[in-house]
Amino acid sequence: MTKLFDPVTHISPVVRDMAPSGIRKFFELAATTKDVISLGVGEPDFVTPWHIREACFYALEKGYTMYTSNLGLPELRVEISRYLEQRFGLSYDPAQEILVTVGASEAVDLALRALISPGTEVLVPEPCYVAYKPCVILAGGTPVSVPTSFADGFTLKAEELRKYLTPRTRVLILSYPNNPTGSVLSYGELQKLSQVIKEHDLVVVADEIYAELTYERQHVSIASMPGMLKRTILINGFSKAFAMTGWRLGYAAACREFIEAMLKIHQYTMLCAPITAQMAAIEALRNGLGDVETMREQYNYRRRLMLSRLRDMGLCCPEPKGAFYVFPSIANTGLTSEQFAERLLKEEGVAVVPGSVFGAGGEGHIRCSYAASMAQLLEALKRMERFVQKLEVGAA
Amino acid sequence: MRRAILEILESNSKATPEYIATLLGSTPQEVQAEIRAMEEKGIILQYRTLINWEKAGHEMVHALIEVKVTPQRDVGFHQVAERIYRYPEVRSVALMSGTYDLSVEVQGKSMKEVALFVAEKLATLEHVTSTVTHFVLKKYKEDGVILEGEETNHRQVIVP
Repeated sequence: MTKLFDPVTHISPVVRDMAPSGIRKFFELAATTKDVISLGVGEPDFVTPWHIREACFYALEKGYTMYTSNLGLPELRVEISRYLEQRFGLSYDPAQEILVTVGASEAVDLALRALISPGTEVLVPEPCYVAYKPCVILAGGTPVSVPTSFADGFTLKAEELRKYLTPRTRVLILSYPNNPTGSVLSYGELQKLSQVIKEHDLVVVADEIYAELTYERQHVSIASMPGMLKRTILINGFSKAFAMTGWRLGYAAACREFIEAMLKIHQYTMLCAPITAQMAAIEALRNGLGDVETMREQYNYRRRLMLSRLRDMGLCCPEPKGAFYVFPSIANTGLTSEQFAERLLKEEGVAVVPGSVFGAGGEGHIRCSYAASMAQLLEALKRMERFVQKLEVGAA
Repeated sequence: MRRAILEILESNSKATPEYIATLLGSTPQEVQAEIRAMEEKGIILQYRTLINWEKAGHEMVHALIEVKVTPQRDVGFHQVAERIYRYPEVRSVALMSGTYDLSVEVQGKSMKEVALFVAEKLATLEHVTSTVTHFVLKKYKEDGVILEGEETNHRQVIVP
């Protein structure tokens, strides 16, 4: 008699043993709760600016419905190269050093798969975006958590990095402005980090998707530090800056050798990014930087509001200098971040994300996104205040 | 800072100095002082509420009147414009380039009321040579605010 078919035994053990995202679990709970105000969303609350959407309609009307080059539309790569030069002083050849991808997340995956061999150790400063470690594992590497702390404003320190280096360390994932903490690295910190990176011959996968969202000074890319351009795979995209999350369009910029390696994987998996999104992105880069500025100004208002109100209610809060998240400590409530988030959702209908899902150093914090309307933020803060008062938290 | 205050107040005249100060990283006293100075200088003229009267169940009739005027020596169009903007029925008056001289917005309770105002008061003014009345059938956007059909947020409650 043939054995009963069990699909589970056929799933790769790597995937089978992988825990689903902690955010996913929370999503189910939030989806079944009524009248929820969500501060849990990692995407702009703005709709893509109209002229960018219009460029997409126009592209469709003109019959742009085909594949593009694997690297992406040449005009778009020229615009990306010009943008990176003007905004961050980075020089890339659009013909060979830029690859357009399906979201920045695909670029992260491609970069890791191109760099990792079995046993490669990849340093992952945490708290960070939830996908890095699973992507390292899927690529056959070993992720190594490098915790950053509240005391250091969640910035990665060079001396801390050294502690986690082994002969197998080849890659560092650097993601600043950071999701979930909102921290950014100063010029001095980047200098010290690049020293360690060069000494140990590492490659940096720099996810700079929030580069346009910094509030006190302009973003500095690690790729712009002396000797770092060639050993950095710079990743960016249109989602956060231009409010284009659903368009799934990102890009990687790096030396020709890295881009070629990533292109091999990209052409056998994604082939190319959608042409309509690429046409819209050309318009975004040509005429959309004013929109970015307007949105940044709105985020900045909300950032100040969140920070001031959270501190008023007794939650200790490092000042976020980038992205659109505040990462207050809830340690003085005596609850774990998961308990806090779950009770806040059930008792007051406000969804935030427990800090623990973002890895080492995230416990004791919650991530609140201020990419929500002022009216929603004010209501959410009112409810949070009521909740925190119930917990009888002393002023921080 | 003034520009930022004005932008906040333009979209929300109910914004308090405390609230504005939080948004701008300033103090309520500083914001209050700036607002007072701008009121005194006539930069801030009035605090208003934009109402969708149709939704409130109070229908108003609006009309845009193209007015042609014979300009007068020394004062040009100004004197006629002043005569017109003094009428309480008139919501706005602007001097235009092109095929007519003054654009006049009139508000009334009914089409008849507006028509009578134009026929009896506006058209009969000295130096007014002709009027063309356009009734507003539906307003889609006013003062930069879309009155109906604003885009809804399609975001999920939680995403990474």
